Order: sequence, then C-alpha cells, then structure tokens
Amino acid sequence: MILDYETLKLVWWLLVGVLLIGFAITDGMDMGVGMLLPFLGKEDTERRVIINTVGPHWDGNQVWLITAGGAIFAAWPIVYATAFSGFYMAMLLVLFALFFRPVGFDYRSKLPDPRWRTAWDWGLFAGGFVPALIFGVAFGNLLQGVPFRLDDMLRSHYEGSLFLALLPLLNPFALLCGVVSVAMLALHGATWLQLRTVDPLAGRARQAALILGAVVVVTFALAGVWVAFGIDGYRVVSQAAPGSLPDPLAKEVVRAPGAWLDVYGRMPLAVLAPAVGFLGAALAVLFSVAARPGLAFLSSALAQAGIILTAGFSMFPFIMPSSTHPGSSLTVWDSTSSHLTLSVMFWAVVIFLPLVLTYTVWCYSRMWGKVTVEEIKARSVSAY
Amino acid sequence: MTPERSGCADRTGGDPRRGAWVARGMSCEGSKESSMIDETFIALSRWQFAATAMYHFLFVPLTLGLSWMVFMMESVYVMTGKVIYKDMTRFWGKLFGINFALGVTTGLTMEFQFGTNWAYYSHYVGDVFGAPLAIEGLMAFFLESTFIGLFFLGWDKLSKRQHLAVTFLTALGSNFSALWILVANGWMQNPVGSSFSPETMRMEMTSFFEVVLNPVAQVKFVHTVAAGYVTAAMFVMGISAWYMLKRRDLGFAKRSFAVATGFGLASVLSVIVLGDESGYELGDVQRVKLAAIEAEYTTEKPPAPFTIFGLPDDKAMEKDAEIQIPWLLGLIATRSLDTEVTGLRDLMARHEERIRNGMVAYDALEKIRAGDDSPAVRHDFEFHKKDLGYGLLLKRYTTQVSDATEAQIAQAARDTIPPVTPLFFSFRVMVGLGFVMLGLIVLSFWYTIRRTIQDKPWLLKALVWSIPLPWIACEVGWFVAEFGRQPWAIGEVLPTFLATSSLTTGELVFSLAGFLIFYTFLLVIEMYLMVHFARKGPATLATGRYHGEAAGPRPGYAPAE
Repeated sequence: MILDYETLKLVWWLLVGVLLIGFAITDGMDMGVGMLLPFLGKEDTERRVIINTVGPHWDGNQVWLITAGGAIFAAWPIVYATAFSGFYMAMLLVLFALFFRPVGFDYRSKLPDPRWRTAWDWGLFAGGFVPALIFGVAFGNLLQGVPFRLDDMLRSHYEGSLFLALLPLLNPFALLCGVVSVAMLALHGATWLQLRTVDPLAGRARQAALILGAVVVVTFALAGVWVAFGIDGYRVVSQAAPGSLPDPLAKEVVRAPGAWLDVYGRMPLAVLAPAVGFLGAALAVLFSVAARPGLAFLSSALAQAGIILTAGFSMFPFIMPSSTHPGSSLTVWDSTSSHLTLSVMFWAVVIFLPLVLTYTVWCYSRMWGKVTVEEIKARSVSAY
Repeated sequence: MTPERSGCADRTGGDPRRGAWVARGMSCEGSKESSMIDETFIALSRWQFAATAMYHFLFVPLTLGLSWMVFMMESVYVMTGKVIYKDMTRFWGKLFGINFALGVTTGLTMEFQFGTNWAYYSHYVGDVFGAPLAIEGLMAFFLESTFIGLFFLGWDKLSKRQHLAVTFLTALGSNFSALWILVANGWMQNPVGSSFSPETMRMEMTSFFEVVLNPVAQVKFVHTVAAGYVTAAMFVMGISAWYMLKRRDLGFAKRSFAVATGFGLASVLSVIVLGDESGYELGDVQRVKLAAIEAEYTTEKPPAPFTIFGLPDDKAMEKDAEIQIPWLLGLIATRSLDTEVTGLRDLMARHEERIRNGMVAYDALEKIRAGDDSPAVRHDFEFHKKDLGYGLLLKRYTTQVSDATEAQIAQAARDTIPPVTPLFFSFRVMVGLGFVMLGLIVLSFWYTIRRTIQDKPWLLKALVWSIPLPWIACEVGWFVAEFGRQPWAIGEVLPTFLATSSLTTGELVFSLAGFLIFYTFLLVIEMYLMVHFARKGPATLATGRYHGEAAGPRPGYAPAE
C-alpha cells in the first residue's frame, strides 16, 4: 500500500471518470452509430456497411460500461447499491434496450427476410438511443439530488413508488441532460461514420454531424445556465476528519442555489472541462465541414470527455446527493471501500488497463480501412 | 405510495439505534411481531435471480468449451494447412457466435442485478465481492470481447497465425471470466479473507490472496469449466452424429466428432474425478449442503455409507427406503476412514449454539453503534463476531434480536437446514447424467479410434438425443450449489432475506415478468437460428464443398455471418 487512503479515494474518483469517458468514447461511438443506422442507411447493403464499421468492436467497447459498473461496485459499494436500486425502472429500461445489441449485431444479417432485418435495425437503434437518453437523464437527476435516505445501518430507502418513480425522473432539466447525452453520442457516431465510410454515406454522416454538433453546443450551454440559476446545488458544511473510516451519515450538507459552481471558484482550472466540451463539439462540426474526419472524430471524443468531466467537477465531492435527506448524500470521501480494496483494485487497473488499451488499438488497426458497399457484397456470407 | 414503501418509511422518531438493521417491510419496530418480513417480496427477488442466472447459464457452458474446441480445430488448420479444418473452425464458430450473443445479453443482467435487486447485499459485501467482478471486467471480459469480433470478422484481415492467436485469446478470456466469477461465488459459499467492521457496518477484505485462493472457489472453478467442456463436446458430437446418420458431410462430421470425443473424454473424467466434494468440509454451510445432498439426518459412524436412493422426510428428519453402498460417502467426502460426515441433526444443534453467540454479538454491536465502546463491549463483540450472521437469522422472527425467545431461536436453527428432498434428488440427477455421458463418450471414443463410429447408428442416435443432457446436468448442478447454500446469501454472514433492495412487490412482478418474456423470446430466436444453421451444416459457409450446395462458391447467397 503505497498510496494513503485519502489519495486513493481521489484516484478512484478519477478512475471511475476515466472508465465512464472510455465508455462514452468507445461504446458511445457504436451507440451513436446504432442511433443513426435507420436514418443514414437507405437500403440493406448500406445499413450493413454502417453495422460493419463497428461490427468487430462494439462488444469490446461495451466492456467499458461493464467494467465501470464493476468498478463502482468494488470502489463505491454503497453508491452501486443506492443508485442501481434507486433508479430501478430506469436501469431495467437500459438493460432491456441493451439486450437488442448483441443479438441485433450478430443475428440481423443471418437471415435474408427484410422484415427480420428491419426489425433488428430498430433494435440496434433502441440499443443506442435508450441507454444514451437514460444515462443523460440519470446525470440530470444526480445534479438535482435523488430522494433517498440511509438508515442507521446504511440500508437505503426511497420515496416514490412503482411507475410513478419514473415520472419525476423525467423532469425538464433531466430531459435536457438526456438530449445533451443523445446528441453527443450521435455526433460521435456521425464522425466515426465519416471516417470509415465513403460517399454517399459519409456525406450523409457529415450533414448529421453539423446538426448534432449544433444541438450539443446549444443544449450543453442551456444546461449550464440552468445549473447556475435554475436548480440548487449541494454543499458540505461539515464532515468527519480526513482519514476516518467512511461513514456517509457523519456529515452535514445544505442545498444552496449556485453551489454547483463552487468548484470553479476554488479551482479556476476546472473551467477547462466545459471549455473543452464546447470547443470539442464546435471543432467536430468545423472539421466535418472541412472533410477532415479523423480530426472531427478526435474533437468529438474531446467533447465527450469535457462534458462528462463538467458534470463530475461540478458535483465534486458529491457522487449522489440526496434531495430529501441531504445528510444521507454520498460523497467521494465517505462512500468508498476499505483502504485494502481500493489498493488492490488500483493495482489491478495499473496492470490491466494499459494492456487493454494496447490490444484494443491493435484490433482497431487490424480492422482499419473504409467499409464499402462493394466489399460487403463480396463478403456477403462472412460480414455482419 | 405503496404500503411497502410508505408504511414505515418515516421513522425519524423513536430510538434509532434499536432494531434499525431491518429488512424491508419490518422497519416499524413491534408493529408486526408475527410476520416480520415480506416473504412474497423475498421470494420474488430470489425467483428473479434464479431465473436470470439459470437462463444465463444456458449459454455459458457452451462458450467455455466450444471456444477451446474451435481453437483446437484452427490449430490443426494452421499446422497442416488442410482447409477442412478451417471450415470446421468457421462452422462451429458460427454456432458458437449464435450462442455467444445470448451469453452476452443475459450476462449484462447479472452485472447489474446485485445493485438493482440486492442492494443491501451490495453494500454489505461489495468491499470483498465487488473486487473479483471488477477484475473480471478488466482481465477477462475485455480480452474475450475485444478479440471475439476479430474471430468472426477478421479472417480476411489477419494472417493465419494472428487469427489463431485471436481465437486463443478469446477462449482464454472466456475461461478467465469463469475463474473470477467462481472466485466471487466461492466467497459466497465460504467467505474467507474478510471480517465485519462495526464502524462501516459491512464486511471488509483482510486478504485479497485468501479470497482468490479460496479452496472452495478453486474446486468449483475446475468442476464448472470442465462441465462446460463436456457440454460443448456433447453438442459437437450430437450434431456430427446427426450428419453421420444422414450420411452427409462425412469427412467433416467424422473429424469434428473425433476432436469432440477426445476433448470430451478428458473433460468428463475431470468433472467426475475432480468433482467439488473436497470443498464440502470447509465451513458449516458446506457441511450442511453435503449432509442435505446425502439426506444424512443423523451422523453415521465413519466411514459413512453413500445412499444411491432414498426418500428423505424433512419433518421427521429421517430417510426411508434406502439403498446404500457402505463406506463410499466417507471416502469421497472426507478422504479418510475415520472422519465423520456430520449429520443434519448435529449441525442444527451446533447452529443453535451459534445463534445464541450471535445474539451476544448483535447486542454488543448495537451498544458500539450507540456509542458505548468500552473494552468489555468490544471484547464481547470481537469474541462472538464470527457468529453475528447466525444472530441475524433471528431477524426473520423479531427485531429484538438480543431478546429472542426460545421458540424463535429454535425456528432460526431450523432455518439453517435447507429443504433436503430437492437437493437429494437433483444431486442424483446431476451425478446420474454425468455417468450416462461418461458411458456415451467412452463408447464414442472407442469406436472412433477403431474407425467404425459411422457404422453404429444406435450410438449415433443416442448421441443426438443426448444433446440436452449436459445442460440439464449444469442447471441442476447450480441448483444444488445455490439452493444448498440457503438460508444464506453469504455463508454464515448474511441471510438471504436481509440482502434485498428496498423496492416494491409491484416493481419486482413487473421486472420478473419482463425478464421471463424477453428472455424466452430471445431464446426462441436463438434456438431457431441454431437449428437452422445446424441443419444446413457446413454448407452455410457457401464454400461450394458441402452437402446441399451447387458446386462452386455462391457469393450472392444472402444469409451471412
């Protein structure tokens, strides 16, 4: 154990952020491609081209999501417990939508029936759109606080009930965050398709990127204004001394207008996150116009990172604030696993993540190149 | 608001330290003394986990074994350059892919479900249990999932050796994944390397290496992956046998059959010889499971006999109509002639003592939580801490654990023994099927080396009809392992009924129905594709070399990978 407990807690906050950004940049790309599939592909072979740009990679990409889930379980068990059970119906929707992806990619082109294929195309659309929307809505709700409380034995309880629990989640601010999320992942998919296809598909993807990039910039700005003036943030007033064992109930928290902007006063450099978010989206549009798809893709990846970091920075040190019992809120300092578990997991990441990145890059590089209609026709039996 | 949520939600008043550690539906102290927990809710949570896990495990065993078998076939192709082995790799790989897609689909649920449906479990043991799951993602899932796409789609883009390496890494990833899942599961059965912390109110890891090297996890891993290998072998043998019966694609079928038979023989011997009995001495939960499997209500003089058949009677705690083989159980379970296999009656008596100790531990824990951290209280707690979980069993009957009545203690002690009859019979089904498969595989192996297998239609027919057997054995095996662990979510640590989330029964009915409908829908599609492609056989590769194809490749043929 080289790192002390407080440092490790902070490192794990960063690592979860890295995994979420990794998820957005890789799996977000193929979810975006899935969302665009029914609109950009005009006939079957074109749709197969679109699918085959991500065909070899979507499964590996999805592991970023799975690993982020596992890492939250291991590093922030009480967050995993409280968030996943609290957003029960939303999590089910995400799951059911994700179900369409493995089968959609693998089964779609195995039978020739056009109805079969069209049905799976919309399945792949749902598998991208629904999770993107709900993850955005979930972040929107985290920013407003979630109605839960912890009892003395740290069991979490929710206010709300069946089905109705979904409705308050879909409030206007959260829906706006959902739009940001959908637009940024679709933008990412559109830049990817410019990179991996040729005209006329690439041209359609370019046009989509222009619209989606503009939507990202506008909705992200609106969400920022709303956070500053429309919703209350949370602020820790007092908490246990650093180094004490994690106890989420040992602190005092208040709701206050504008509290989510505290961090930018304390650490002006944090402003870089929203700046990169805006700049990335804008550059993705400009490079699309300039027909520089590689740079457009990198810019949109930056936009993902900037936007996710903006949410993370604004809420820091909160992970999951409670709207009804602010004292039950979960923070980076009091929701973590033990020192030993954080250390073990830290070393697991240090060893395996570079390895994962290395072979992922190898796999992408092996499968690189434009996917064309001619190629799909020639490889009709073996392609997705 | 539904009663489950609103009924006792706002208990801000009263003494917060007393009896707060409660399952849902029992958060008003003393309001419902007789039925403290919502049994329907607990049952639905368990049904949902059981259903989604059993569905998931329909797809896992074939993935585990078939990944190695296609690797073997491809190795032969790379070494000899014979194209038929490439076709074998690609054809069985296609069936592998159809199965794999649903493995991924149903696996997603397993990842989320601890948090959605077992929230208190997740908080209580996430410090220990989460680590192997996260490492599984980093070490195994990434490996398997990143390379599998290249296995299917990389034939034209990779050199022969590169593709072989891709196949190998995919297989390795799948099997690593099983390793970490069984490390996690082994810890639920035998929770080593961890200890309860009264400050954070949860189990915390004390030694990562003890968790990884948990002997129960190790034997379960070997037993489970070997069972997966047998499943894949029986699958390939059964389909190849069908081609041989139809007298089509004989060269293809015989070669596939030979690979599967050799692999299957080694695997089925491993499953049987390296069964997981050796893990049954470790901890009371495992001892209970062993005694329940054998319906050994009363401790027998060592070495205990093995009961081939009997009629367990849980009420009287006796077993009728027995057919026994002397000595065998003692030899298998304890590997000795003079060690006892403890019977259920004796285990129950022991558990009653542990429940009493658990009450002391619980009382001390409440005092510590209320701020009384005197050395005497701390000593009481530390001394009885290992039995805290037994104290929690009383939560089913009372919120006042430390003042439980004799009747409640007796009820809780009775709860430590799972229903014997289903375990007794399902274990025998599993073992019986194991020996049937051993017989089939040995015969197949014999006739394969004598090169007369294609002339034994009775055996080939038996193999076609036996395709479902390994799946039944696997599912029943998991049932024994998990139902036999009851009443515990984590053996001797956390009772299942305390481990749930704070949800409503309505939400659970909705989700359980959703999973069952969705999964069944996907399973029907999967089975349709599987049968469709198995019937067409290697002709689906459109190479022009196989039964039912016009000569020459048919690039315009629509059904594709």
